[in-house]
Amino acid sequence: MELTRRNMLVISSGTALTAALGALPAFASMTDDEIAKITGGADTAEGAITLTAPEIAENGNTVPIEVAAPGATMVALFADGNPTPKVATIKFGPLNPTNAASTRIRLAGTQNVVAIAQMEDGTFQKASANVKVTIGGCGG
Amino acid sequence: MISRRDFLQVGMAASALYGTSGFGQWARLAAQQKLTQDQLLQFETFGNVSLIHITDIHAQLKPIYFREPSVNLGVGGNKGKVPHVTGADFRKLYGIDDGSPSHYALSSGDFSALAQEYGRVGGLDRVATVINSIRADRPDAILLDGGDTWHGSYTCYQTQGQDMVNVMNALNPDAMTFHWEFTLGSDRVAELVESLPFAALGQNIFDAEWDEPTELFPPYKMFERGGTKIAVIGQAFPYMPIANPGWMFPEYAFGIRDENMQAMVDEVRAAGAECVVVLSHNGFDVDKKMATVVSGIDVILSGHTHDALPEPALSGETIIVPSGSNGKFVSRVDLDIRDGRMMGYRHKLIPIFSDVITPDPEVAGLIDEQRAPYEAEMSEVIGRTDSLLYRRGNLNGTWDDLICDALLSERDAEIALSPGVRWGPSLIPGQDITREDIWNVTSMTYGKAYRTEMTGEFLKVVLEDVADNIFNPDPYYQQGGDMVRTGGLGYTIDVSKPQGSRISDMTLLKTGEPIDPARAYMIAGWASVNEDTEGPQIWDVVESHIAKMGTVSVGENNSVKVTGT
Repeated sequence: MELTRRNMLVISSGTALTAALGALPAFASMTDDEIAKITGGADTAEGAITLTAPEIAENGNTVPIEVAAPGATMVALFADGNPTPKVATIKFGPLNPTNAASTRIRLAGTQNVVAIAQMEDGTFQKASANVKVTIGGCGG
Repeated sequence: MISRRDFLQVGMAASALYGTSGFGQWARLAAQQKLTQDQLLQFETFGNVSLIHITDIHAQLKPIYFREPSVNLGVGGNKGKVPHVTGADFRKLYGIDDGSPSHYALSSGDFSALAQEYGRVGGLDRVATVINSIRADRPDAILLDGGDTWHGSYTCYQTQGQDMVNVMNALNPDAMTFHWEFTLGSDRVAELVESLPFAALGQNIFDAEWDEPTELFPPYKMFERGGTKIAVIGQAFPYMPIANPGWMFPEYAFGIRDENMQAMVDEVRAAGAECVVVLSHNGFDVDKKMATVVSGIDVILSGHTHDALPEPALSGETIIVPSGSNGKFVSRVDLDIRDGRMMGYRHKLIPIFSDVITPDPEVAGLIDEQRAPYEAEMSEVIGRTDSLLYRRGNLNGTWDDLICDALLSERDAEIALSPGVRWGPSLIPGQDITREDIWNVTSMTYGKAYRTEMTGEFLKVVLEDVADNIFNPDPYYQQGGDMVRTGGLGYTIDVSKPQGSRISDMTLLKTGEPIDPARAYMIAGWASVNEDTEGPQIWDVVESHIAKMGTVSVGENNSVKVTGT
């Protein structure tokens, strides 16, 4: 028997992953609720803002994401598979030259990262990216 | 008006019709037993620029046998599309005659018999002859190495890649990109890269801490050739820290980063590049998708998934040229670049038939020099095989069946797991198995054979996770390996289903009982990406098993059933 503590941790994190996947719809609806609070139920358009995230996370505990939202006054970020989906709210002042921000977030499992931007004219824009969190494998 | 896409398609049709790739003619030549080096190398020089592509050599300095897969399943939009066409279907698609040299080089079926007839393939001394011949036509041809060069053999392991660097330097490449090289560890990679007399490229190799490009791996290099400017952009394997042990190169982050690829294409175009070439280790389907997402790429030289196609594939307005693996093929791509764009191309995938192509004496001597200190231990005969031993295929291969058997018996386990890597030459029935042969299919810097308990439930999670790395319908979520191989475990896989519902009917073969999700099973495996894996090296486990067997026979493996194809 050579089951090391690390193997044990890896195994249990794999189990947590399945659990998180199973519970995903509940978290996703929490995200919808949070988004509705911000938009007041108004429609969200797509195309004006860009969310950049890896397709597969190299480390689910620190996933680099970047949002570019020209013409936005505010961007709210959500991770719809996390127990607490709210990630960050970023406000851009009038002197901000780029209206872009980047950070690293922790993801409990494979899920969508969602950005909601409030534009200068009060309308809302949305962008999302599916980020896969995998237990690792064997590449060619 | 003829669009650029139409134009490229016409080029491809012409190559099929007139056999500029040379494939149509070989069957007849071979029937007459007249296949010669001149015919393999025959090429009407075209345009003003030549590219030479070789990739995924996996440290195979000497000629080997390499059987192409008989199972290569495409999913989503790639179902039934090349390279997911094999055997007789592949030959029909390209008009290749049964029993011809192209059949042997490019497709599965009758492999053992054809191997007797046509002999071994590859050998970097033969590759050198081909490159020299192309350079005789076009002295300023650009030679590009797609990576997976410094990994995969006894001498490469012992010299930490130095043997490959020495021999490749003699071929004088212009640029290279990377994958398995990083499993030498970041210090050794830096040491070797700094010594290279050519460019080490990777637009997607970033500093992990700052998420910024690195100095060691520039994104691209500009070449002035044939009166024009060509940019070569490097694309390393995107999923290195996931598919391989990230702890060996923690300073680096990767990813596809197609937004940065677009920025680099735009940057080189603005700097005057009339032709943009991507030297890629993405894998074929990822390259195909990237060509539709990123605009302005003329040619993708495609590596990683080890596919070899007799003609380029067209995706959007980009031609994709996959050049096989293990030193078995060299691609020559001649380009006509005028008035700021690529106006046409001519392509030939040159199979390196080692008995037909004369070795370059200088490189042959250099190869022998690298091998000499290890020749005695490498050439030791451990056993003999009655069966064809091969690895490539989505679900299993006889080499992995043998490795799994070794793990089950030498490590006293109920179930064995062997990674779905795509490298590893084949052995034909009647061949001796030398220590070198065993290392060719097992050598790596994280080869320890672990032994651990897993519950049936977790085992399913593992299989589902790996299956999604190959059968996710979006190529950007595919890592380019084959399915993990199992010993002592049977299952059914529906490749059309989403993650979590592909695997069913898991059965412990020893008892025929269904796998119990709650029970713990003793698992033996190798190539764990975890840092503190313990156990003997896999090559020692396999050697011990083969030595006990003497002569090995590997029967047909029907323990994995596939549906949804």
